Amino acid sequence: MIVADKKPIEEIIEYLKGKQNILILGCNECVTVCEAGGKKEVGVLASALRMYFQNQGEDVKIDEVTLERQCDHEYLEEIRDRVDQYDAVVSLACGVGVQFMAEKYHSTHIYPGVNTCFLGATEERGLWTERCQACGQCILATTGGICPVSRCAKRLLNGPCGGSTTGKCEVKKGDEEIDCGWQLIVDRLQALDRLDEYETLCPVKDWSTDRAGGPRKVIREDLKQ
Amino acid sequence: MTDVKTPSKLEKILAAGHLAVTSECGPPRGSDPEVITKKAEMIKDHVDAINITDNQTSVTRMCSLASCIHLKQMGLEPVLQMVTRDRNRIALQSDILGAASFDIYNILCLSGDHQSFGDCPQGQNVHDIDSMQLIQTVRHMRDEGKFLGGDDIKRPPQMFVGAAANPFADPFEIRVPRLAKKIAAGVEFIQTQCIYNLDKFEKWMELARDRGLHEKVYILAGLTPLKSAGMAKYMKNRVPGMDVPDDVVKRMADTPKEKQSEEGIKICIESILRLKEVQGVAGFHIMAIEWEEKVPGIVEETGLYPRPTLE
Ligand code: SF4
Ligand code: SF4
Repeated sequence: MIVADKKPIEEIIEYLKGKQNILILGCNECVTVCEAGGKKEVGVLASALRMYFQNQGEDVKIDEVTLERQCDHEYLEEIRDRVDQYDAVVSLACGVGVQFMAEKYHSTHIYPGVNTCFLGATEERGLWTERCQACGQCILATTGGICPVSRCAKRLLNGPCGGSTTGKCEVKKGDEEIDCGWQLIVDRLQALDRLDEYETLCPVKDWSTDRAGGPRKVIREDLKQ
Repeated sequence: MTDVKTPSKLEKILAAGHLAVTSECGPPRGSDPEVITKKAEMIKDHVDAINITDNQTSVTRMCSLASCIHLKQMGLEPVLQMVTRDRNRIALQSDILGAASFDIYNILCLSGDHQSFGDCPQGQNVHDIDSMQLIQTVRHMRDEGKFLGGDDIKRPPQMFVGAAANPFADPFEIRVPRLAKKIAAGVEFIQTQCIYNLDKFEKWMELARDRGLHEKVYILAGLTPLKSAGMAKYMKNRVPGMDVPDDVVKRMADTPKEKQSEEGIKICIESILRLKEVQGVAGFHIMAIEWEEKVPGIVEETGLYPRPTLE
């Protein structure tokens, strides 16, 4: 899923200076699972903002709506007849949802309420970790099902580098250690009795299907009407 | 391994069966060329080639290529270090040609430390290709005379292609397969990570010999003399992929402070003398970090001086 994290409320307040009618718009998909932009978080943010504006002596109306999805025309249509009454919408969807809103409703200001972080998984409640960078040409078949593009800090296709120590990457996030993606790959190949495959060179990758190639599209003629 | 494929002096010395000696100079954090030329001046008669690091530990410095050109202009033999962290395949190939235009004949292909260690932790890293693929790229440019994109190169680079190897990084079970993989990619010489754990290095060499790898690539053992007990501890605890055994740390710590640097040089000399006997060690890469003036003494004390001259 797409993993997002809440933006600091101070940043959101900054966007909303001088606005009178605000809609906080949640999304029932990924951001609900990672507890950054679902119905619950919409409620929490809306209350916090109401309290803030009240303390400032400002009369600001704040509504709450959570859509099934914000990356889908069908669900975004549900707010068509009311969106014009707002002078600001704070979308708690991922960056895709925020943009889809902005593309669809031209006359209302749309602000992001979360930082969209990565494609990842829930390891446990409160801990999400990255698994994929959507490179457009998946090579997991050769790496024992572990992705070096997203799990190696240098996206080495023929890793590990010399900095891998006792299973940990040379890169730390603050004091937090992170697993060396290549240690995981080697362990996995070993467990599958496929370590001999480690010596097969991974050729220079075609990154044109990655971010480098510009905005990407998937076209499926068979599905188009 | 005896046919010589490039005009590299380093390659010729190795092919002639001499133990080679290389060292390195780190470029300055400024544009004064004298920093490089002075360091080179100190070591030039005692080494066969001088590596120039490429923004080592991700700290922004004068570029490796320009520094190599300064060495070349002094009539010395540079080894251009090139990391894949900062440049994509266009820039890497372009810099290789730039180096070749100054007849720089040696290159060391590296992935580079992560940028979080340096002065621009908020920067992007490129890693369009990795160090293994950079080896392949240089060999392709040299041997096929072609760019990665397939077009012909007019006057292809003539470079002796090297890479680093860390016998101490984890996982240990792939340290030798990884060397084999670099050889398959086309590497011709290896400069290893600094060796303090000689037993582990010898084990690695033995495993490499079991696969005959020492006959396919020249392995230069890397050494860095310790300046102090503090440095030994720092290397042990803070530098990823570095293996400084407790007895080495203890030996440094047990030495009175004012004698520690001398002790560090002694350890370095003893290590070289021991490693000279290891089958498959083709030479030494002495990285005396900001301590270049010590290199001549180490080379002399270990019987590696005078350096061979070529016809
Ligand atoms: S190889 Fe590419 S598509 Fe596959 S998991 Fe990694 S980033 Fe995602
Ligand atoms: S330590 Fe492992 S994960 Fe980290 S950069 Fe090196 S190979 Fe990649």
